[in-house]
Amino acid sequence: MTRGGIRFDGVTVAYGDTVVLDSLDLTVETGEVMALLGPSGSGKTTALRAVAGFVRPTAGRVLIGGQDVTGLPPYKRGIGMVVQQYALFPHLRVDANVAFGLKARKAPRGEIAGRVAEALEMTGMTAYAKRYPRELSGGQQQRVAIARALAVRPGVLLLDEPLSALDAQLRSGMLTELAKLHRDLPDVSMLYVTHDQSEALTLADRIAVMDRARLQDCGTPRELYRSPGSAFTASFVGSANLLTGVWCGTDVVEVAPDLRIRVREGAADGPREGDVTVCVRPHLVGLGEPDGSGLNVVRGAVTGLQWRGSSHRVTVAVAEGCEVTAEVGELRVPPGLGERVALHFACEDAVPVGVPGA
Amino acid sequence: MLVHSRWARRAVQAVFFLLFLPVFALPFLVVLAASFATDWSGALPSGLTVTHYQDIAQGDSLTALTTSLVTALAASLIALAVGTWAALAAERLPRRVRRVVDALFMLPVAVPSVVVGLSLLVAFSEPPLLLNGTREIVVIAHTVLVTAFAHQSVTAALTRLDPAYEQSAASLGARPSYVLWRVKLPLLLPSLTAAAGLCFALSMGELSATMMLYPPDWLPLPVKIFGTTDRGALFAGAALAVVLMVATLAVLLGVSRIRTRASYR
Repeated sequence: MTRGGIRFDGVTVAYGDTVVLDSLDLTVETGEVMALLGPSGSGKTTALRAVAGFVRPTAGRVLIGGQDVTGLPPYKRGIGMVVQQYALFPHLRVDANVAFGLKARKAPRGEIAGRVAEALEMTGMTAYAKRYPRELSGGQQQRVAIARALAVRPGVLLLDEPLSALDAQLRSGMLTELAKLHRDLPDVSMLYVTHDQSEALTLADRIAVMDRARLQDCGTPRELYRSPGSAFTASFVGSANLLTGVWCGTDVVEVAPDLRIRVREGAADGPREGDVTVCVRPHLVGLGEPDGSGLNVVRGAVTGLQWRGSSHRVTVAVAEGCEVTAEVGELRVPPGLGERVALHFACEDAVPVGVPGA
Repeated sequence: MLVHSRWARRAVQAVFFLLFLPVFALPFLVVLAASFATDWSGALPSGLTVTHYQDIAQGDSLTALTTSLVTALAASLIALAVGTWAALAAERLPRRVRRVVDALFMLPVAVPSVVVGLSLLVAFSEPPLLLNGTREIVVIAHTVLVTAFAHQSVTAALTRLDPAYEQSAASLGARPSYVLWRVKLPLLLPSLTAAAGLCFALSMGELSATMMLYPPDWLPLPVKIFGTTDRGALFAGAALAVVLMVATLAVLLGVSRIRTRASYR
């Protein structure tokens, strides 16, 4: 059986003139969880299906465990897959569902019962072995689907929006369990397709951000969050204030005629001239006049106020057509709409993320 | 719901039964009554008797019943196999080719069955394929006539089948044949048995094509019923009709029991 690791080598998928995946180059290391994050239609599911063998790349190669599987049918690829709608076989009991892959691969008879028990144990579904899928809740069905995929001991586990059919509370519980599974299975590479940034941030070792059939950005969650490579990444991974302006100095951006902000000092992000978009995370913006110096301060009238239980989101129009939102701890006396306030943020936290519209 | 108030719903139900009973249910009761009669000149049949049934039990009518049962069983099994195979194979075809295949299967239903009977007769009356006057040609005619329904209902069930089942099975390492036998066919079983029942019932009642084709030693029950009533033995014919009806319903009941055990959702 092939062991872990997935490599996309210039994988392109097109239907007629429509390109749904545009020359994807990406490597998932053995034991790594890679999240493919993107909006619907971004090509992330197509990429996963190319690994599974359900779509045939128009160009490029897919490698699993170092072996070229581009031409192999799905059943020879040695993968495990979990899909959003579970797809448990309704005519089989839970244990027979989990045993399905082992029987299909003609595993030794004596081994099957033990491995089914092991997979059910791992997902906490031992007590439900004799139930039919229709007798289980959504979360339980998804656990069985995971057990079914793990029973064949795949080197690669593909997860296609596995939690989107569950309600919010179950989802966070399952996320914790998936993270634990990942720790228990250090050799298994996981490719996790999702449109939910919180799932990706929680679970993934690295995140690949996809948009319009292309890979936009790839890095650890912290990297993408702290230094997004594009405005799209910035707004898709976490929430972001995106300010467009013009460079007027190596570290200074003019957002409006009378509003200049100092940004993070030069990283390798191209020449600092012309138009630029700057990303500021709302939770790094403070409300009120700053205590220290060396901070950016912007002032304006409050145009929006949201109470979110533990926090307040205050939106301020700092210039013509330019708003900045601050997410601050719950305020005892929130500002009224139209009231003039000051916002401040560190230069370090204003990150240039490329040319607008790119 | 179109009608909401209780009395209005009652009224609609009453109208439904008034229309439904005379057209759908009463004729069967009339045949049943006639089968026990020797004479029916008044409002109700008279001369209560069971002689018609005794005649059936002794005469060659039982042979005709067996002939019908064997023909219908063979025709519906072949139709089911061919129809299912074609439906499964057509899944991979381009849409346009699939339409042509669908149309070909529907052709025998669109064409009057007398024409189907006649064309089979003409086509297979000369060597090398001389089937005229054999039992097989009756079975073939029935198969041709009912395959459309098997094909159609399996095709419909296949389009409703979530491809995720097949793909999950494949991702778990199951070869296509294993997926077919262990996943697809079990999931299609309810539709397959429904199709089998429909094919069987249609074949049991087939008359017009059979009339063109049956050899003397392979006379199905509907032909016998037609012959008997045509001779004027209306009440004996009614008894045969009841036998045909009960036999068909009994088989359908048996098939439907398989169906209820096999439906999962």
